[in-house]
Amino acid sequence: MYKFGSITSNISLREKIFSLDLHIVLGVFLLGVISCFAMYSTDGGTFAYHTKSHIVRFFVFFLLFFFVAFTRIGFWYNSSVLIYLLFFLLLILVKYFGLTSSGSKRWLNLYFLNLQPSELMKIGLILFLAKYYHKISPGDVNRIRFLIQPVIALLVPVILVITQPDLGTAFLIAAGGITVVWLAGVKMKFFAYLGILFLSVTPIAISFLKPYQKSRILTFLDPSRDPLGSGYQITQSKIAIGSGGLFGKGFLNGSQSYLDYLPEKHTDFIFTLFSEEFGFFGSVLILAIYILITWRAIKIGNMTRSSFGKLYCFSFATAFFIYVAVNMGMVLGLIPIVGAPLPIMSYGGSSMMAIMLGLGILMSCKIHKDEQLG
Amino acid sequence: MIGSGLSGGESKTVLIGRRMFLLSSAKAIVVLGILGRLISLQINESKKYKTLSDKNRFREWKFAPPRGVIRDYYGKEIASNKQVYQLHVIPENTENMDSLFYRLKNILNLSDEYIFKLNKKIASQKPWDPIIISDNLTWSEFSRINLFLHELQGVEPIVSVARTYHEKSLSHIIGYVSRISKKDLNKKEYLRKMNAAGMRSGKTGLENKLDSEMVGSIGHKRYEVNAYGKRIKEVSIDPGRAGKDFRTTLDLDLQRFSLELLKNKAGSICVMDIYKGDIITMVSSPVYDPNKFVHGINRKDWKELIENEKKPLINKAITGLYPPGSTIKTLVTISALENDIISPKMVQNCKGSIELHGEKFHCWKKKGHGYVNLREAIKQSCDVFFYEVARRLGVDRLSVTSKKFGLGDKVLNGFIEEKVGVVPNTKWKKKYIGKNWYLGETLHTGIGQGYFLTTPLQLCLMTAQVANGGFKINPRIILNKQNEENDLEEYIKAQKESSDNYELNNRLFSRFKYQSLFRNQENIKFVQDALFGATNEPKGTSYRSRLTKKEFIFAGKTGTSQVKKITEQQRLLEIKNEDLPYEQRDHSLFIAFAPYHDPRYSISVVIEHGGSGSKSAAPIAKQVLKKLMERHPLRMSYKNESKEV
Repeated sequence: MYKFGSITSNISLREKIFSLDLHIVLGVFLLGVISCFAMYSTDGGTFAYHTKSHIVRFFVFFLLFFFVAFTRIGFWYNSSVLIYLLFFLLLILVKYFGLTSSGSKRWLNLYFLNLQPSELMKIGLILFLAKYYHKISPGDVNRIRFLIQPVIALLVPVILVITQPDLGTAFLIAAGGITVVWLAGVKMKFFAYLGILFLSVTPIAISFLKPYQKSRILTFLDPSRDPLGSGYQITQSKIAIGSGGLFGKGFLNGSQSYLDYLPEKHTDFIFTLFSEEFGFFGSVLILAIYILITWRAIKIGNMTRSSFGKLYCFSFATAFFIYVAVNMGMVLGLIPIVGAPLPIMSYGGSSMMAIMLGLGILMSCKIHKDEQLG
Repeated sequence: MIGSGLSGGESKTVLIGRRMFLLSSAKAIVVLGILGRLISLQINESKKYKTLSDKNRFREWKFAPPRGVIRDYYGKEIASNKQVYQLHVIPENTENMDSLFYRLKNILNLSDEYIFKLNKKIASQKPWDPIIISDNLTWSEFSRINLFLHELQGVEPIVSVARTYHEKSLSHIIGYVSRISKKDLNKKEYLRKMNAAGMRSGKTGLENKLDSEMVGSIGHKRYEVNAYGKRIKEVSIDPGRAGKDFRTTLDLDLQRFSLELLKNKAGSICVMDIYKGDIITMVSSPVYDPNKFVHGINRKDWKELIENEKKPLINKAITGLYPPGSTIKTLVTISALENDIISPKMVQNCKGSIELHGEKFHCWKKKGHGYVNLREAIKQSCDVFFYEVARRLGVDRLSVTSKKFGLGDKVLNGFIEEKVGVVPNTKWKKKYIGKNWYLGETLHTGIGQGYFLTTPLQLCLMTAQVANGGFKINPRIILNKQNEENDLEEYIKAQKESSDNYELNNRLFSRFKYQSLFRNQENIKFVQDALFGATNEPKGTSYRSRLTKKEFIFAGKTGTSQVKKITEQQRLLEIKNEDLPYEQRDHSLFIAFAPYHDPRYSISVVIEHGGSGSKSAAPIAKQVLKKLMERHPLRMSYKNESKEV
C-alpha cells in the first residue's frame, strides 16, 4: 500500500530542531570535545596530526548527524536495503582493492579518507533487519522460511569481516544483528541452536585463526603468560588505569601513555589514556555519558510508533552499548583484546561516521516518530 | 488484513518492549560490572598500579662510590681512586644478546671465550642486573662505543671510579681490592646491599680490615624511560657517599727506601715507634702490583706471582714465620733475671759446644768464646752460655715472658693474613705434637731454634717494648683520635725527671695505665746495655754495622735462624752457608732500637736465606735506622701540625 514513499515531511526545520533530543546532542558534543582533548594528549601535548584530524572529523560527522536526523525516517526506511547492499558492495570491494595494514585488509582508499566498510556495516545490518522484521507479520517470525533471509544477511558480511581478518568488528556487527533478530521475537530455541552450532564450529574455527588471534585469547585467559607479548597490552592498560587513582595524574601527565607504554592509545585505548589522566571521576563521567545516550536511545524507541523505529532504536541502543562495554571491558582487562573502538572517543573516521549515521537515524526516528511507514 | 496487521503490529511492539526490558536489565548488570572494575582498579588497587607505573617509568642505575683514600703519615696518597671508563649492559633492555655481542666483539675485540663467560654470567643473574662487559676501557674504545651507541640497545657506557695504588712498596700492608665474590658476601654483610655493578671489596691488608668503612654507600641515578627503554630524562641522582679516608702512621719515603734495600731479596723490614706503637714502615719483599687485581688479574700474571720462589704475595712481616734465632736471647735474659734464675754476674766457659744426654750442642763459634759473662754472652751471642741459661730457666718460664712481650699473639687487629707463630712450652707440645718435652729442646728454644716461630712484626714489637723500658704498647697503623691519647713518652719523661719521687711515680703510673712487663726495670736496662755492647763494642756481633754519630747510635741484636739442621757431616766438611741451595740457607735476622741515648724507634729486619744476621740483616737495618733518624725531626714537627686536622 505504501510502496512509494512519496510523502514529504510536513515538519518545519524549526520544529525539527526543537524536537531534537538535547541529552543525546549534548552528550555526543561533550564526548567529542573530551575526545579532542584526549587526542591532544596522545599527540604528546601538541596540536599535531591526530588532534587536527580528529577535530575535523568530529565536526564533519556531527553535521552529518544533523543532516541524517532531519531527513524523514521514511527515507531511511525505504533505502535501508539499498544502504545495506551499498555497504555490502564496499565490503566486497575491500576484499579486492582493500588496503592492508598490520596483516589485515580492512580499508578502502577514498583519498580523503580510508574507509572501513565493516564499521558502516554495523549500522547497515541493523537497518536492513529492522526493516525486514517490520515488514513480516508476527506469526511468520518463527517460521524457518522467514529465518533464512536474516541469517544470510547477517552471516555473509560477518564472515567477510572475519576473513579480513577482523574478529572484533565481526563480533560487533553480529551483536547488532542478533539483537534485532532477538527483539523481533525469534524464539529462544533458535538462539540455542545457534549457540550449539557456534560451540561445535568453534574448534574448527580456531584452527583457522591466525596465531596472533589464538595468542590473544590465550593471553586473556592468563595475562601473565606472556607479559611482553600480547598480555603486554592488557597489563599496561590496567597499570595505566589503576595508577590514575581517584583523580588521575592530570591532563598531559599520563606517564604510561606519553612514555609509549600504552599501545594504540589514540584508538582502542583512548579510554585508558583518559582514565589515567583523569582518574576514577573521569572514567565515571565518560561511562555516565554513554549510559545517558543509551538510555535516551531506548526512550526514543519507546516513543516511536512503528515497529521499524522501535526495532532500530532498541537495537542501535543495545549495539551502541555493546560497543562501549566491549571496549571498556577490553581495556579494563575483563574480556580479551578484540580491537573494538570506543564510539566517538576513538580516533578513526569510519567508526565516527558509522556512529553519527546511526545516531542520526535514531534522531530521525524521534523527530519523525509519528510518521507511518510501509 | 490491515486490521490483523495493526493488531499484529501492536503485539509486535509489546514483544519488542518486553525483550528490550530484559536487554536493559542485562545492560545494567554490565554497567555494574564495569563500574566495579573501575572501583577495584582505580580505588582499591590504585597504590599497587601506581607502583607498577613508576616501575615502568623509572630505571635505576646504581654505581659504586669512591672508596676511602689511604694516606701516609705526611698526607701523601697511597691508595686512591681514578676515573675509569666502563661498559655495562642490562640484558633486560637488550633485544638480542647475541647480535649485541657480535657488534661489541667487533668494536672491542672481545674473545669468543670471554663472550661465552659473559653469557654464562647473564644466565646466572637477574635480567635487570647489569653485567659489566669491560670495567676499564681505553679512551678510544670508550669513544668508539659512544659513536655506535644508538645501535647498541641496553648498552651503558659509564664513567666510574676505580681503585688505584700509587706505591708498590706498600702493596702488602695496603692489600688490594677485587671483584666481590660469593665468599665476600657471606662474610661481609654490608656488601649484600651494595649490588652496584663494579663494586669492589678489600681482600687483604688494610683494604680488607677497613673495608666496611672505606666502601662508602652506593649512589644511584634514576631515569624516566619510555616503553623501549630509551631514557627520557634524569629524575634524580644520589651521588652516594664516598668511603671514609684514613691516615696511617706509615712513612712513604722510608717505606720506599726500605724496599730499595731489599731489592732482589726476600724479606721484610718493620719499624715501630716504641712509645706510640706507630708502625712507620712495614715492607715485605718482593712486592707485587696491587693494581693488577682491581680489574681482575690475568692468568699469566697470577701464575708468575704464585710460582715465584720468593713468594711476592705473602706479607712476610706478619705472615712470614721464622725461628727468632739469637734475637730471643734478649727475652731469655730478661726471663732468667726476672725469675732470679741467674745473676748478671754469671760466668760460663764456652768451648764451642756442650754435651747433654749424649747429644752435642754447638755454639756458632767453633773455637768457643772462652769464659764469658752474661753481658758478653749477649754481645757475642754465645750459644753455649744460653744453653746453660735455658737449661736453668726451663721452657715454661721463657714461654710466659715471651708471651708477655707479644710473641705468640697477633700484633695487629683485623689483618686476616697475620699469623701468631709458636711460643713453645711443655703444654703446647703435649697438645699439638702429643709428646713430652725433652730438655734438649729447651736448649734449642733458648737460642731461638726448634719449635719457636715468630713474625718479624712480633720481633719488632718485642724490641720496642724492651727499648721503651718494658712497657706494653699497642701497635697501630691507622691514626685516629681514639689512639692519639695516652702518651707513654710523656709518662716516661716524667718518670725520669722524678725517678726519686716514688709517690709521683705511682700517681703517674695509675694515671697512664701502662702495663709494665717487668718486675724489676733494672733487668730491662741491663739488656738494653748489653744490646748497646753488641752493636757498639768490638767483638759485638753487629759491631761492623754500627753508626758512630752520637745521636744516631743504636743498639741491636743479630739472629741467624736455621732452616734446616746442620748435620755433623756438614760441620766436619765445614760447608759454608752460601754454598747450600738457596732454600736451605739460614735466615738472617736483626733487631734494634735507636737512638740508644733517647730511644724512639725499634726495627726488625729479616732476610730470608740471607745467611747470618750480621752479614745481611744488620747492614740493612743500619741504613734504615740512619734514614729514619734523619727523618725524625720532620716527623716530630709534622705531628704538631696534624693535631689540628
